[in-house]
Amino acid sequence: MQVIAVTSVIRVQNLTRYYGDRLAVDHICFEVSAGELFGFLGPNGAGKTTTQRMLTGVLPPSEGTALVLDHDMAKDPLRAKEHIGVVPEVANPYVEMSGWQNLMLAGELYGLGKRTRRDRAEQLLQELELWGRRGDRAKSYSKGMRQRLMLAMAFLHKPEVLFLDEPTAGLDVASRRHIHRVVQELARQGVAVFYTTHNIEEANVLCDRVAIIHEGRLAAIDSPEALKAHFAASQSVQVAFGAPVELEALANLAAVTHVEKEADKLHLFTARPGHVATEVALFARSHSLNITSLNTVGPSLEEVFMSLTERKQQAGGEKE
Amino acid sequence: MSALGKCWAVAKKDIRIYYFKGPVLIFGLLFPTFLFLAFAMGRNLAPHTLVPGLIGMAVFFTASAVTPAVLPFETRTRTLERLVAAPVTLPMIIAGDILAAFVFGISLSLVPILISVAIVGVSVYHPLLLAVALILSALCFAVLGALFSTPPTDNPSSIMTISNLVRLPLIFFSGVFLPIDQMPQWGQWLAAISPLTYTTELFRRSFGQGTHFPVPLCICALAAFTLAFWFLSTHLHQRNLSRRLWL
Repeated sequence: MQVIAVTSVIRVQNLTRYYGDRLAVDHICFEVSAGELFGFLGPNGAGKTTTQRMLTGVLPPSEGTALVLDHDMAKDPLRAKEHIGVVPEVANPYVEMSGWQNLMLAGELYGLGKRTRRDRAEQLLQELELWGRRGDRAKSYSKGMRQRLMLAMAFLHKPEVLFLDEPTAGLDVASRRHIHRVVQELARQGVAVFYTTHNIEEANVLCDRVAIIHEGRLAAIDSPEALKAHFAASQSVQVAFGAPVELEALANLAAVTHVEKEADKLHLFTARPGHVATEVALFARSHSLNITSLNTVGPSLEEVFMSLTERKQQAGGEKE
Repeated sequence: MSALGKCWAVAKKDIRIYYFKGPVLIFGLLFPTFLFLAFAMGRNLAPHTLVPGLIGMAVFFTASAVTPAVLPFETRTRTLERLVAAPVTLPMIIAGDILAAFVFGISLSLVPILISVAIVGVSVYHPLLLAVALILSALCFAVLGALFSTPPTDNPSSIMTISNLVRLPLIFFSGVFLPIDQMPQWGQWLAAISPLTYTTELFRRSFGQGTHFPVPLCICALAAFTLAFWFLSTHLHQRNLSRRLWL
């Protein structure tokens, strides 16, 4: 039997950051393994960027430790930074310089020899479909091209851990998919990817595990499917009838918690979707209604996210 | 790659991007040129009395013009975080910016020196001292520029305003237009606390003129100002980094 050792490349213990009196990140703990695509999810202002900045050695923590490849980011950031790649939030290349010059600068900052940085830059620019525009100033690049250039700069020195902060924000579908493919390929090669996003669907399709941060605290951490499974009550039966139906009548069906209307469809929320589907069929027969479509729908990660963050807010409100 | 190599990489980036930025050209070149012309034109002054002050002002304005532009621009364009996330320390980044400002100051100050010697016919009596004065002064004023840029703003004109608030008064009591000995007593006291004084004194001696302060004192004073500006600017930049990143 083959035993696969799981190595934690990021280990976070009670990581905390204050800005003056304001608590931005509150004693969070988690680990990320080599080759794992780890989503870090949260609403705006939840503490995502502050966490990434502490993990990348840009900001020192107020309390706690962040170990990246066994280097303490507060005490020994330079050694760790040599092995990590970073695409910061709202990151820009130097627009007055060409794509090639930007890559050479990154190579020099990461201590690569001239030959190595040239070879790597050529390879990456070709892979990321920027080779033909390498001599043009980054000012003339589209947003998607700039983001791919940032990715190339972050990956030039073959890092073991890659931090991406909202890398697809504002990009078109093609550019977003391109970046998703690149990131997935890197994870397959064993790179640990720490993927910060507020796009729930992106985390759902991309990440092996997601952590949800809200108001500086971790609300949940698990695989997307496991998180959804915790929220069985958010399952629903989606039904469309050939004629209008009173919502009240459907809400009274056994095991239905509530009903929501969405366009021409009705969502009957329940912890027992199979049972409700049968009830709906019986209801349609007894009322001589034609069912045009009937599906069971699991909880989306968005519902999990909303549910968790609302719970936290309520808990916070009760404390106050 | 060594720390120096990484500093040079930052400096090359600055040279490519910031040498031709408006604030650098206006406050580093045009402003001192016209200020000097306003002083010198229409007066019957001997060239050898004007040249040390002219060169002192050139190195002062040019070397201190680049660094105040770099960090506000990098804050505005959000390129600073990318640099800080690389395996370089903040002092290494600032040192790279200072290196670019130093090269700018030296290169542009050589122009009035060469014109003075080759065209105007002013004689250099102590070339080695001239070289020491130029290098030490360019370094000191480049570091002073880094100190100017410590307030965490993304607006270059705010920093330029601060720097001119300091630079303009300094040229009036640092022996640029008037030798220290000819200044009133209170002016001489003020002159002693200005690094530009020691620059103009060294240039005066290089061109064979008498000085108020001895040469070793001038060299030590410039070195001390450089170190003080360096420690103060790196401390303040480090302290203000998180505020700068959130702008």
